[in-house]
Amino acid sequence: MSLLTLENISRRFGAVTALNDISLSVEPGELRAIIGPNGAGKTTLFNLISGFFPPSDGRIIFEDAPITAVNPAALVKRGIIRTFQITEVFLDLTVYENLRVAVETAMGLNIRPWISRASRAKINDRVDELMDIVKITNKADRVAGEMSHGDQRVVEVGIALSRQPRLLLLDEPTAGMGDEETNHMTGLIRALNKEQKITMLFIEHDMSIVFGVADRITVLDNGAMLAEGNAAEIAANPRVQSAYLGAAA
Amino acid sequence: MSPALREKLVQGITALLLLTVPLWVGYVGGYTDLASRVLIYALAAMGLNLLLGFTGGLSFGHAAYFGLGAYGTGLMLDYVTGNTLLALAVGTLTGGLAALILAPIAVRRRGIYFSMITIAIGQMFYFIAVRWNSFTGGEDGLTGFTRQPILGVTLSGTVFYYMVLLFFGLGALLLWTILHSPLGHTFVAIRENQKRLTFLGIRVERYIALSFAISGVVCALAGGLNALLDNFASPDDLRYTLSGNFLIIVVLGGMRNFWGPLVGAAIFVLVQNYVSAITQNWMTVIGLVFVLSVMFFPLGVLGFFRRRSRS
Repeated sequence: MSLLTLENISRRFGAVTALNDISLSVEPGELRAIIGPNGAGKTTLFNLISGFFPPSDGRIIFEDAPITAVNPAALVKRGIIRTFQITEVFLDLTVYENLRVAVETAMGLNIRPWISRASRAKINDRVDELMDIVKITNKADRVAGEMSHGDQRVVEVGIALSRQPRLLLLDEPTAGMGDEETNHMTGLIRALNKEQKITMLFIEHDMSIVFGVADRITVLDNGAMLAEGNAAEIAANPRVQSAYLGAAA
Repeated sequence: MSPALREKLVQGITALLLLTVPLWVGYVGGYTDLASRVLIYALAAMGLNLLLGFTGGLSFGHAAYFGLGAYGTGLMLDYVTGNTLLALAVGTLTGGLAALILAPIAVRRRGIYFSMITIAIGQMFYFIAVRWNSFTGGEDGLTGFTRQPILGVTLSGTVFYYMVLLFFGLGALLLWTILHSPLGHTFVAIRENQKRLTFLGIRVERYIALSFAISGVVCALAGGLNALLDNFASPDDLRYTLSGNFLIIVVLGGMRNFWGPLVGAAIFVLVQNYVSAITQNWMTVIGLVFVLSVMFFPLGVLGFFRRRSRS
């Protein structure tokens, strides 16, 4: 059984067709990359899956249940968690505070005007655990807005993890990063998939990252599905070469 | 001296100063009721700051809840009861209830539209108070009540100051507890990034409305105390100009700072008191102080000193 299935999804904005008749399925445990030139419809695809807006046509099925018109908040509760192309963290808060509010949210404590010492300890443990997983413990007391873009990205992934995602959507996780930050992030993506067993979809521009990390790759071009397969198949696909790789070379 | 120790020391001195006001206020040319006013305005501004500084919602209409607290308390004493505390409680709940009911309407809009709605709602109460002459005293304000003794203790200026200080302390404790709880963390996260929080599964409007309501309750309590201080409730207690004054107090003192409004209220009330003795145009001086503070201390007076002591 697939974790996520898109059936003949289309999305139009007025006269513009951003996505046209896309069908794909993601298996549990998969690490899938979505690639394609600018305007291919990659982020639109994420917006549809995360409920930001509904598709014009087609169905989305998650864990055997239709989620086509479900709102983002409800999808988060079902375990579909995303990050954004533009980093979305709590800029004036420290790394620790960023993750603390995320953990409290995941535990459903937001409405509580006071908490016991025991719950406070439980929250702290979970925050420590998350900081450990994304390897940012040494920067716990740094204010997020004063950190590098790469570190903010890592914090954002930590926030996403707090909700224990069943499906994690990462929108260009390495965009604008230097080599070292990119390596840290790709290492993190791989570890989350292999060690934490999190099913992931990620949008990426850098081909070397995609080929090195992803189990399977979906190529979009101009709103349409161009190809799907593993790294070797995609690299050998002549349509991909002309539409994407050729243009990049 | 470590920052934590310095903090404790400053807080200790502040607490000591507040507890001993009636002993020294005369020597610095003030009087006890003036200190009560500082605390009352500080309480209202701290309530407003929960919404403004910690949740990121700019309300231009919080005088409405202050005024409802004042009128609620005054009307109770005028028509219903001689029990000062009961009157204050009813006044506080009246303002709080109004905030609770109206908050969900205001938070349906964002940014400037949210602020406009808060003004409109506030002015609605102002005009009701002005027009409903027979009940509220109209433009002349509500008179005919005085604060009654509590358990046989007459509420002289000094005793009343300590009553205000007690409620100020309770209000501050309430706000402090909330800000150090998951609820408060959620408010601050809304200020920082609503979109991120929405995508963690939070219905942010509900929490902004809750912050609005809590801040309304605190403002209403302050309003009730203000009516007891003056034995009078004025339509100006409901007016947008007072809402603006509360905003000035918050920004002057530092809106990211828990105690900022106390400093802001002290500056505001003292300038108002001493300058208005010299000229009617005391608001010009406040305006000047405000402009200078925004230019040179954008984080408010307390924010400025905090930052300096950190670096």
